[in-house]
Amino acid sequence: MRKIISVSKKEIKGFFTSPLAYVVGAVILGLGGYFFSVTLFTTRIADLTGVFMNLAVILIFAAPALTMRLLAGEEQEGTMEFLLTSPITIPQLILGKYLAALFYFLVITVLTFVYPGILLALSTPDKGVIFTTYLGFFLLVAAYLAIGILCSSLTGNQVIASISSFGVLLLLWVFSWLSGNISGPLGSFAKTLAISEHYGDFLRGIIDTTHIVYFISIIIVSLILSMLGVSKRAWS
Amino acid sequence: MIELSNVIKKYGNKIAVNRITLFVRNGEILGLLGPNGAGKSTTMRIIAGYLPPTSGLVKVAGYDVVKQPVTAKKYIGYLPENPPLYKDMTVNDYITFAAELKGLKGKDKVNRVNKVMDEVGVTHVKNRLIGHISRGFRQRVGLAQALVGDPQVLILDEPTVGLDPQQIIEIRQLIKNLAGKRTVILSSHILPEVSSLCHRVAIINKGNLIAENTPHRLAESLMGHQEIVLQVKGPKDKVYSVIEGLSGIKNITVNGILEEDLCEYTVQSEIEKDIRESLFYAMAENGFPILEMKSSFMSLEDIFLELVTEEPAIASQKGEKQL
Repeated sequence: MRKIISVSKKEIKGFFTSPLAYVVGAVILGLGGYFFSVTLFTTRIADLTGVFMNLAVILIFAAPALTMRLLAGEEQEGTMEFLLTSPITIPQLILGKYLAALFYFLVITVLTFVYPGILLALSTPDKGVIFTTYLGFFLLVAAYLAIGILCSSLTGNQVIASISSFGVLLLLWVFSWLSGNISGPLGSFAKTLAISEHYGDFLRGIIDTTHIVYFISIIIVSLILSMLGVSKRAWS
Repeated sequence: MIELSNVIKKYGNKIAVNRITLFVRNGEILGLLGPNGAGKSTTMRIIAGYLPPTSGLVKVAGYDVVKQPVTAKKYIGYLPENPPLYKDMTVNDYITFAAELKGLKGKDKVNRVNKVMDEVGVTHVKNRLIGHISRGFRQRVGLAQALVGDPQVLILDEPTVGLDPQQIIEIRQLIKNLAGKRTVILSSHILPEVSSLCHRVAIINKGNLIAENTPHRLAESLMGHQEIVLQVKGPKDKVYSVIEGLSGIKNITVNGILEEDLCEYTVQSEIEKDIRESLFYAMAENGFPILEMKSSFMSLEDIFLELVTEEPAIASQKGEKQL
């Protein structure tokens, strides 16, 4: 556990000493603030659905930018050799990196508390929905990051890692289009896989265990595959 | 301390390391020598636990590197060919991180990090970003990273490459000071470095271990003759025939004409016979002054070339010309 924390600490420090994390944060919060104020001014409804739907899309771009360097960057810089010849296991390494990325987005998420704060100050929004929205958002981010780490573990090139995780996330997001237009088993399969279907219910105030299981499965499967990815690349 | 038996490493069909069996005793410094692509780095990476051997057994401090990697790695400090550094970390942060990965904590960690930084001489740059320090310092930081866990085994892949002569001397001295307490394997292109630092030399070529012994023994076993290099003033042909007339001479080579009537010769003679005196008198008698005379023992360069080149005769000539 101590080694996981060491890896996380190093990554977090790395995030906050590089401009990348600030740029990513500024983009997410800047666009988020724009969406929030525009919806608020135009609709005058104390509702966060629109903002968090849009944030989910922004993160499809933003999350890979942060996760790409976590493993592919180490390999590109040759520091993977240092990590893998240290007395640390691959699961410890992956978990450390994953938790660091999660921590970063937790900070970003906490900063978005401004939105519900403003709503609470101006009117009486449904607090239950705000809670489920944040729960859903957190699970969504956690899944995005796990997929990002997986893509980062499969290549030694940061650009490839970023583009491929962007592709996977976007595909998972647009699966809902398929499910909306096709009936039968293929349609329902697409619906099962589509992130937006699962995420959407949280924004509507619904906590369904299916959705929680869906996100947690993505996280666990992606992290296990990343561990295999790193050991496969190192041990081949 | 380090034990390799029948280690094979294949990349697809290409054999990078072929049946290497090697023991390194406690406290010994072993030099790995070989041309580029011979399998030195691969061998070191296997010992460090970065690459798995295709077959064979690797043990460090009695632990199987493949089966008990985490335990075995605790005993190893490894400096890869390119020091694995994070350019956006400070020297202090990086070495602390390395110490944490080695399982150090609290006060122990801080003391150890400070001690190692002192040992390799990077204390005064400890708060600078690694990306901003010079190559020599980076090499030291890499070494510090390998040393911070106080490992019993040090694996150094070309530790002095890319350093200036002053830094090379310092790093060598540092490695020498570390020896005794620790077992060291180091690879190098610089042959004098290996002969001055290492107790034992292993020569690898095309993945095969082709020789392994002390530098002195290697020279002895390979050298079937004694060799003297001399510069003599006098007409080439006459000098040549005077040397030829001495007893015990096996071979004479003219290395080059330095000036008019001044040539350099390499004279090979029977191993048990010291011909220096008779050479001196013979030249004095004929009025050919000897401007320089030195006996040339087979250096590691010669041994190396002798062993790794397919045409040994040409190789040894090349080696002599470099002298």
